Amino acid sequence: MTAYFDHAATTPLRPEARAAWLAAADVVGNASSVHGPGQSARRILEQAREEVAAALDCDPIEVVFTSGGTESINLAIKGLWWSRQPGVDAVVLPDGEHHATMDTVEWLRTAEGAEVVAVPLASTGAIPVDAFAAALPGAALATALVANNEVGTVSDAAALASAAAAAAVPLHLDAVGAAGVIEVRFAQWRGGGRGPAGLVALSVSGHKIGAPVGTGALVVSRHAALSPLLHGGGQQRGLRSGTQDVPGAAALAAALSAAERGRAGEAERLARLRARLVAGIRDEIPEAELLGDPDLRLPGNVHVHFPGAAGETLLFLLDQADVAVSTGSACQAGVAEPSHVVRALGRDERAARSVLRFTMGRTSTAEEVERLLAALPGAYARAVAAGSR
Amino acid sequence: MKILAAMSGGVDSAVAAARAVDAGHEVVGVHLALSRAGGTLRTGSRGCCTIEDAMDARRAADRLGIPFYVWDFSERFRDDVIEDFVAEYRAGRTPNPCMRCNEKIKFAALLERAIELGFDAVCTGHYALLVDGPDGRELHRASDAAKDQSYVLGVLTAEQLAHTYFPLGTTPTKALVRAEAAERGLTVAQKPDSHDICFIPDGDTRGWLADRVGAADGDVVDRSGAVVGAHQGAHAFTVGQRRGLSLGVPAPDGKPRFVLEVRPVTNTVVVGPKEALATSEIAGTRRSWAGRPPSDPPFSCEVQIRAHAEPVAAQAEITGDEIVVRPASPFDGVAPGQTAVLYDGTRVLGQFTISRTVSAVPVAG
Repeated sequence: MTAYFDHAATTPLRPEARAAWLAAADVVGNASSVHGPGQSARRILEQAREEVAAALDCDPIEVVFTSGGTESINLAIKGLWWSRQPGVDAVVLPDGEHHATMDTVEWLRTAEGAEVVAVPLASTGAIPVDAFAAALPGAALATALVANNEVGTVSDAAALASAAAAAAVPLHLDAVGAAGVIEVRFAQWRGGGRGPAGLVALSVSGHKIGAPVGTGALVVSRHAALSPLLHGGGQQRGLRSGTQDVPGAAALAAALSAAERGRAGEAERLARLRARLVAGIRDEIPEAELLGDPDLRLPGNVHVHFPGAAGETLLFLLDQADVAVSTGSACQAGVAEPSHVVRALGRDERAARSVLRFTMGRTSTAEEVERLLAALPGAYARAVAAGSR
Repeated sequence: MKILAAMSGGVDSAVAAARAVDAGHEVVGVHLALSRAGGTLRTGSRGCCTIEDAMDARRAADRLGIPFYVWDFSERFRDDVIEDFVAEYRAGRTPNPCMRCNEKIKFAALLERAIELGFDAVCTGHYALLVDGPDGRELHRASDAAKDQSYVLGVLTAEQLAHTYFPLGTTPTKALVRAEAAERGLTVAQKPDSHDICFIPDGDTRGWLADRVGAADGDVVDRSGAVVGAHQGAHAFTVGQRRGLSLGVPAPDGKPRFVLEVRPVTNTVVVGPKEALATSEIAGTRRSWAGRPPSDPPFSCEVQIRAHAEPVAAQAEITGDEIVVRPASPFDGVAPGQTAVLYDGTRVLGQFTISRTVSAVPVAG
């Protein structure tokens, strides 16, 4: 059995999600059909929508089911852009965002003439509220990670949302890594505004929380002005046409609800595992440096800089010892890329290639942590000896 | 043995890895990312190491049931191979980047990392034979002379050879390797071989160099120094070349002229009759031995000066820093910068980079 430390990449399917999916899969009917079978499917779908809304603190009508985090992010950013006021062309983009966000904004820049306004991160990886607020005036939209998926730092989403409301700028929050793990409260963060500005969209991904790959949601405020990516049957307020994935929605709802129910207890459990892992690393490898905010972070995330060792080499050696870890991200061919998030923390290229991300989740155990700690020192020594070859 | 199989995505390295697995070794596959211009698909048989090549290598590893990784050597490759390539052309020489890659990357950087990480050998799809002789590891030509790649491996030292593994050396033809690949269910069985230089995917070496070395107009002169034409960039010419010379003044004997020498300092290209290409002596200082160095210079050997040239019987001698080789019959056009690989029958003795040549035909007058 592999000791798995890459829950941020994906995490095992929850039993509740599997059960919900299977049960829904046996109900035959297109949720848009008017007849009995259609209604049966519809019933399951709308039940799922209500559960997701409850978990995220929004209204059911504001939940749009999608195929996952990337689609949700694309829909939010492009959708807000295409509905913007004419002549308003700036997009506020903090450093260190996920590729789904960065690449979408980059496309807006090159293909649609968007002007990108960057917001540097604090050295902890948090999005500084003041700098964010200062970048907002006149922008068509802003986007921000609730919690950084690489270094794990949690930003102040409520404050970012307030700043966006004050500046009358529509805001999309990427909660892909945060939903079900830390508190995500859409209505509370949005405040009472009735206009199309402030927090209007929030992305969620199913497979990050124990639902199947291919499920996800975008919370879209009833007050938002957002154009769709997909045109067709007009399902989901015209925001996401296409026959709705009833089993997927049921599985997502089951996973998110289960995650929310256990969130507090699980956060504590993960924090204990994390503390053991951090202490172990500090004891065995004094040179190792923890990145990201030490306190305001995703409970299962440990992100470490290993001076003099290539992350690619460490990953290989640990993999050979049946311990699965991540350097942050890899390109399509499979080459470990230097972390742009680590660069955004102000570190150099060398450091950006010398990091590992360990992320724990629902199935992580103390025994796995001990296996990782047993393999790390040898792997580090070897990686340093292998140098930068 | 723990073997690291370098898998390019081509059929040779895939079958080599397969044979390593069959031989009972513990094999891990690795694809080297050498270029940062990724994100491309392979078109035809030019170039190498595109996304598709990485995918082909991965699928071959999947088929063999071995772990697979992609390692980034693009910076080393840029410094040791690409920049060396440009520098050599700038100096008026004709480099062989594949030899540089073998020398610095595949059997150096990669091999060193492999040993550090606990592997016993690096396996590749090169067609060459490793023999354990009385004095240690020997490198020999492959069974099939047409596919023999011992020349490009001529840079390997005994130490490096002790940690290499070439399973294809005994296979008589490429066709048999492809048939074996098909039999094994490897999707790359019919994939065309890559030609040209892997980091110049469209094959336009001249254009690629022009962008980097610059293309300055200069004179084409004969061996007496008389100007007989003009050129638009000396890097486009190599010794022995006939094409691409636009000469305003015909040769006195009416016969075609060939490039004899490229002089970057004066940006001139020297041309002359075919006979003047005959080279009676070559020498160089940068050398290596694939085993114990020969003890009694001068010694007899066969010399091969290009990957597909015929080996020529010769006498080799070491005087001071230089190794000097005199062929029994003159070489036909030798470009400084190329590698001369010395053989004793099928066995590779060693190699040197040619830095000095002597024409068999002295300049008249």
